[in-house]
Amino acid sequence: MNISFCFQMHAPNHLKRYRFFDIGQDHYYYDDMQNEDHTTWLVEKSYLPLCRTLSDMVRMSHGKFHCALSVSGVTLEMFQQYAPEMIDIIKELVGSKCVELVVTPFAYSLAAEYNMSDFEDQLRMHAEQIEGLFGVKPSVVWNTELLYSDEIAYHVAQMGYKAMMTEGAKHILSWKSPNYVYSSASSQKLRVLLRNNQLSDELSFHFSDPNWKNQPFDAEHYAERLAELPKEEQIVNIWVGAETFGIIQSAETGIFDFLRAMPFFALEREIGFVTPTEAIKKNTPADTVSVPYPITWTGEAKDLATFNGNYLQQEAIQKLYAVAERVKLCSDKRLKRDWLMLQDVSHLLFMNHQTTNHALFESSYDAFTNYMNVLADFLQMVEEQYPSTIENEELNELLKTINNQEKEIASLEAQLKRKNKKAE
Amino acid sequence: MFGWEFPPHILGGLGTASYGLTRGMAQQEDMHITFVIPKPWGDEDQSFLKIIGANSVPIVWKDVPYDYVRERMAGKMSPEEYYHLRNGIHYDYTRIGTDDLGCVGFSGRYPDNLIEEIGNYEAVASVLAHSLDFDIIHSHDWLTYPAGVFAKHISGKPLVIHVHATDFDRSRGNVNPTVFSIEKRGMDEADHIMCVSNLTRNTVIEKYGINPDKVSTVHNAVEPLPNPEEFQKHKRKDKIVTFLGRITMQKGPEFFVEAAARVLAKTKGVRFVMAGSGDMMNQMIDLVARRGIADKFHFPGFMRGKQVQQMLAESDVYIMPSVSEPFGISPLEAMQVGCPSIISHQSGCAEILFHAIKTDYWDIDAMADAIYSIVNYPAMYRSLSELGREEVNNIRWYDAGLKVRAIYDKVLSAYH
Repeated sequence: MNISFCFQMHAPNHLKRYRFFDIGQDHYYYDDMQNEDHTTWLVEKSYLPLCRTLSDMVRMSHGKFHCALSVSGVTLEMFQQYAPEMIDIIKELVGSKCVELVVTPFAYSLAAEYNMSDFEDQLRMHAEQIEGLFGVKPSVVWNTELLYSDEIAYHVAQMGYKAMMTEGAKHILSWKSPNYVYSSASSQKLRVLLRNNQLSDELSFHFSDPNWKNQPFDAEHYAERLAELPKEEQIVNIWVGAETFGIIQSAETGIFDFLRAMPFFALEREIGFVTPTEAIKKNTPADTVSVPYPITWTGEAKDLATFNGNYLQQEAIQKLYAVAERVKLCSDKRLKRDWLMLQDVSHLLFMNHQTTNHALFESSYDAFTNYMNVLADFLQMVEEQYPSTIENEELNELLKTINNQEKEIASLEAQLKRKNKKAE
Repeated sequence: MFGWEFPPHILGGLGTASYGLTRGMAQQEDMHITFVIPKPWGDEDQSFLKIIGANSVPIVWKDVPYDYVRERMAGKMSPEEYYHLRNGIHYDYTRIGTDDLGCVGFSGRYPDNLIEEIGNYEAVASVLAHSLDFDIIHSHDWLTYPAGVFAKHISGKPLVIHVHATDFDRSRGNVNPTVFSIEKRGMDEADHIMCVSNLTRNTVIEKYGINPDKVSTVHNAVEPLPNPEEFQKHKRKDKIVTFLGRITMQKGPEFFVEAAARVLAKTKGVRFVMAGSGDMMNQMIDLVARRGIADKFHFPGFMRGKQVQQMLAESDVYIMPSVSEPFGISPLEAMQVGCPSIISHQSGCAEILFHAIKTDYWDIDAMADAIYSIVNYPAMYRSLSELGREEVNNIRWYDAGLKVRAIYDKVLSAYH
């Protein structure tokens, strides 16, 4: 039995207050002040103390503590700009060989649902970024908000990744346990790791809850409960937002001490720690999982409703992804970057009526209005480059040609070689 | 209950709220309500409460024969009731000019001699306090506080007052000392004070120095429309943004004009309507002309009854930039017919509405942005329209009535 911890970090690129009369006038959309403020707050309160704790744990357990980090591309950029100490400490953690970095869509967007080729591009971008910064090649995919479906799995497998991480949603597992390695129904090669949502959420939301059923909530009892799981179960995936440490559960609750004590109590009970890559190496898949409709780790239904459940979100998504093809054809770097930043799933979250998190906006409506104003300007810029008089179908043809060009050239060259050989 | 207005003949929001609240309360089976107003017109809905007109309550004892009373009071009151009330006359009010039945006339409006009418109304209250049987006294707004206080002193029954507005709201801070003293005395004497919003509650606590423990908030609600399908939006080329209400300082009309100018500078196909009348109307027409938007900005004048709902239903946006609005029922009425609303944070109804846009009344940019968003982004209109209607339909007077009842019970238990 092993535990596989993964801590997820995301610091979005916030949009500034952008009124409709700015449309066509102002092409810079971001609130740098808020970004700096928010990023340093996350880092100081949570991310940095968490990474320091992880580093301690690796050292004190003599390298027996292993875990994974999921840090989106946007977040790494934020770190570079506002909190370079984060880059250093992640470097140190990765260098210890005990911490694995998993790959996410660069912009932490829902591209996998709305534009597959953009999703693939973003995975590549993020993998390159990780390799550039830390010198490692990620091999496991953490899609945005653990978004997963058979179709996405198929594409991820095609790209050569070994495993995908997703939610152990009840409705896809039914009687199955999340505590095994599975393989994907659409692609046998691809391993699927499932989050144990009970044990994970318990940590995030009930650690300091005096009325929680499992008392006392400390590392010893937590490890004991893991030890009591059926012997044949392979792996418990405890994946949480990194904000669990220091923000959702403040440092005063003792959450960092809890984490620091985990290796001691777990190893004592012969429970080991593995990274996702180690998990799939050590264990053979118990079964396949089939997920015809997309799942995520959010909401009661574990679907996309948190992000596309209301009219506002639907319109924003529809308007944005309608120009995906055109943007792809653009060479303007700034436009391409805006395209990524506007995809961030956080913008959609701020438009959710139920959430209390609207960033600096007053309400879901305010967030939507601001986003749509920005989007209107962005769409105008795209329009200037590729007028909407060109039909999407035409563009698609164009794109296909461009995409296939290289393959075509390669195959023709091969033919040529063969012919040349024959001639000889 | 002492009130000043009751539908259908109303001059402001007070009458609508009085009607809704009493109707909601009457759904509680053991609740019997007698509602006193200065001058009933005879066409009020009395199916769930009893209305007494202050102008047919005798305050000076006159010896009049039965048949004469029957003839004079036809349709208003039975002679038996008249004689019963007449027995409640304990004080000498001959200084007040009365008619041959000993009754005093009321305008039922807000005339120049309002203070005198309030005093006469107080005299009527004394007669009623001596002759009627009741458990609790409930006074609506400052005009009826003196009546409530007097009735409390006579009967020894608890007094609850209902603050629909304070003079601070009406005057943007320049309070009339006479009005203030009447309000203050009513609040001091009351056993409990109900306010229509937390905003008003804070005013009562801070400006009138009332102990917060005896001040509660009971938000207003809205009567469900009997025939919502009657009001349909017709297809038209231009979008319509509507302001509807008294064109006075309190309602912040100038902020609407400025926001309109901002929107029109950038957008075609939007028209602005300022319906209603008031002392700032000419000033507003002038401002519209100065901003050069008169071709897109319309003043259709005062509207009443169904016209109001029709106008709202035809609108794409309803806007209420009030500088200080104790509650403000009209955005709820707009939302009932599916019209998205923009309201100021300085309005009490903002406290209970989610599917409405809220901005500060002075934040013209935010207001303009919200208007632009609703007329340009279909999801915005659809969401506010559909979810807003659903939300408003769940704000019921019955629930407000239950809150009032809980306060009654609390006050009464403290009395025994």
